[in-house]
Amino acid sequence: MSQNRVYNVLIVGVGGQGIILASDVLGKVAAKHGYDVKKNEIHGMAQRGGSVSSHVRFGNTVRSPIIKMGEADILLSFEQIETLRYFPFLSEKGQIVVNDQKILPPSVFTGQQEYPNDVLERIMTKAPNTIVVNGQSVAEKIGNLRVLNVIFLGVLSKFLDIPAETYENTLKESLKPKLVDINLQAFNEGRAMVTA
Amino acid sequence: MKELLSGNEAIARGAYEYGVRLASAYPGTPSTEILEYIGERYPEIVAGWAPNEKVAVEVVAGASYGGSRALAAMKHVGLNVAADPFMTLSYTGINGGLVMVVCDDPEMHSSQNEQDTRNYAKFGKVPCLEPSDSQEAKDMIGEALNISEQFDTPVILRSSTRISHSMSLVELSERKEGQRELGLKKDPVKYVMLPAMARKKHPFVEQRLKDVAAFAESFAYNKVIMGDTSVGIISSGVAFQYASEVMPNASFLKLGMVWPLPEKMIRDFASKVKKLVVIEELDPFLEEAIRLMGIPVEGKNLTGLCGELSPEKLEIALKGKSSAKSIGSIDIELPMRPPNMCPGCPHRATFTALKKNKVYVAGDIGCYTLGALPPLGMLDNCLCMGAGIGIASGLARTLDDVAKGKAVAVIGDSTFFHSGMTPLLEMAYNGGHSTLLILDNRITAMTGAQQHPGTGFTLREEPSVKVSVEKLCESFGLKRVITVNPYKINELQKIIKEELEVAEPSVIIAKAPCALLKTGRVLPDKPLRIKQDVCTGCKSCINTGCPALEFVKIDVPEPGKKRKGFSRINAALCVGCGTCLEVCKFGAIEEAS
Repeated sequence: MSQNRVYNVLIVGVGGQGIILASDVLGKVAAKHGYDVKKNEIHGMAQRGGSVSSHVRFGNTVRSPIIKMGEADILLSFEQIETLRYFPFLSEKGQIVVNDQKILPPSVFTGQQEYPNDVLERIMTKAPNTIVVNGQSVAEKIGNLRVLNVIFLGVLSKFLDIPAETYENTLKESLKPKLVDINLQAFNEGRAMVTA
Repeated sequence: MKELLSGNEAIARGAYEYGVRLASAYPGTPSTEILEYIGERYPEIVAGWAPNEKVAVEVVAGASYGGSRALAAMKHVGLNVAADPFMTLSYTGINGGLVMVVCDDPEMHSSQNEQDTRNYAKFGKVPCLEPSDSQEAKDMIGEALNISEQFDTPVILRSSTRISHSMSLVELSERKEGQRELGLKKDPVKYVMLPAMARKKHPFVEQRLKDVAAFAESFAYNKVIMGDTSVGIISSGVAFQYASEVMPNASFLKLGMVWPLPEKMIRDFASKVKKLVVIEELDPFLEEAIRLMGIPVEGKNLTGLCGELSPEKLEIALKGKSSAKSIGSIDIELPMRPPNMCPGCPHRATFTALKKNKVYVAGDIGCYTLGALPPLGMLDNCLCMGAGIGIASGLARTLDDVAKGKAVAVIGDSTFFHSGMTPLLEMAYNGGHSTLLILDNRITAMTGAQQHPGTGFTLREEPSVKVSVEKLCESFGLKRVITVNPYKINELQKIIKEELEVAEPSVIIAKAPCALLKTGRVLPDKPLRIKQDVCTGCKSCINTGCPALEFVKIDVPEPGKKRKGFSRINAALCVGCGTCLEVCKFGAIEEAS
């Protein structure tokens, strides 16, 4: 490990899944932990169902706000094929966390193109330690589909060296009071899904 | 404690801390949030949306003439609209510090071209600063205002998508008011640009540029960082961050002011390194200026002219290959995921009606530009804000015999107020048989729902005038101005057909609020349902492109039926707008019970 270890987390999915909020919270968490932080995403058309990616980088000193292709430590993907779209960003030692969800793009729902049906198998072949999470069912159990992003923040937290309470405190500060409890529950459900 | 701020948040904060008293802008990605944050967070600053960027710069000029520090914000193409006041503002100079924040969009993440704003700084003979993170973005607002007042010049702060939309840590300070005395000051030689006065001002502008160039030699944000001298890199903005990531040991001249340039500093740096390379996004702006100094330099031969840079692109350009050990790729064909109009979008309804009339559509800039994409495929051109109406007018008046009544224009309400009124005036004035559809969704939608003069509310959501699109069109002398509900597709289709046939210009206002708006909602927010056994699989509904519809293929043929599949509605996405119901000829769609 070099003196300036920079953590590179790439969060991807589809506009409307709460990706930007999740990466905002992660950025604040890393800053609170004392790291230098940079974060970037393209969100001009994010609300309209386009592909979204958010780069979060933290360490002693962070220069570029975007991750160099092949240097992401973690690829957190909220949707199956979006994992493949950003796959080359992952380092050969990187970790994938993927939401077991398919969101059909226009060319598929209009019947022009096929949605590949063996995405998870292909990912597992190339990255056997990939963690697949059925985020929807966890969110349904909690009773609010909008906490999906915080469930994955919980999963993600198990792969980073920042204590859980820093995430919890940041969530408390960032969210409206009435949403705090359900999101803390979502965060801890997410953490409980990784037994490492 | 430092705060994690985006470049745009930091610029807004800078406006607050450095005593800006007025801010004006028209929304445009990636600049929009600057004024939104000023509106939300800093009541000390007088702030409001202008109908377009030209007006924003003029309002800011007024505030500055009266002694206030002032800020205008716009995307790169916004400066084209504001170019007229900008070019002569350089001559009059300012009173209170004046900064124009202009956000470029290399890679065109959300833009129609990739122009490089630094050329405007050179063209207008004004200083241009370029931050490389949020801290610098905030600090340089202060620097820009000081330089503006010290040298009597407007100053451009050039941002880019990666600076405006990246977050990094920023140290906050308290607000300090500007030092200029406020008031109306008569000084015609300075401010009235009659030829006689302008002739006096031009030499002032040329001298000013030399003075700022001399200042640039000691400007704190022009920094030399010496390292390995085998290669020296001159860079600025986000490109500097990429370069220092990829070549951490190289020598750097980091320019915080990219126009005018500190020639002595550049010569001195060049003399200390074996090879000089400029790393910059878009045009070879610094590279050519340095080459003109007679200094051998490389740049665009390595990095190219098009698109944005990235750490891996730069590493490949400088070292031949990337040092990163990627996991590789999984090579299967992936369906693209372009942005799409939302479920319930009134534009989808309008385009569906328009499609049935087989017309040529001069488009414009807004969410409805997405109507160009399949399956709608309805736009035939899209040039710039407000252009569609003029283009339709030009087509109609030259192709009357060849394509009578076939050229129509579409424009949104916010874009109409931005720059659609004058071309409509031209159409009314010069005749021609064009039909204009104003897609009035009561908001500036594409940039994320900003108010405009037709909504009845200001930037800070305070009640204001609510300009009537109908009355405005009528006041131009147009006799055929018709307001319709776009969701009544069959009715709208008939009206379009009638208007295409009449021998005079007409305006159809398709009026329904953006499907994402919570206020003034007309959508039922109850999903529709498809009777699976009645659906013939004709795909009429699918071809509206609604994300709430899905075509389910049937692999095994059904006895006595020819259909290859059927449509299904995703109840979680459907808001019940009824567009699909209107186009279904088989009565297969109904309200969900």
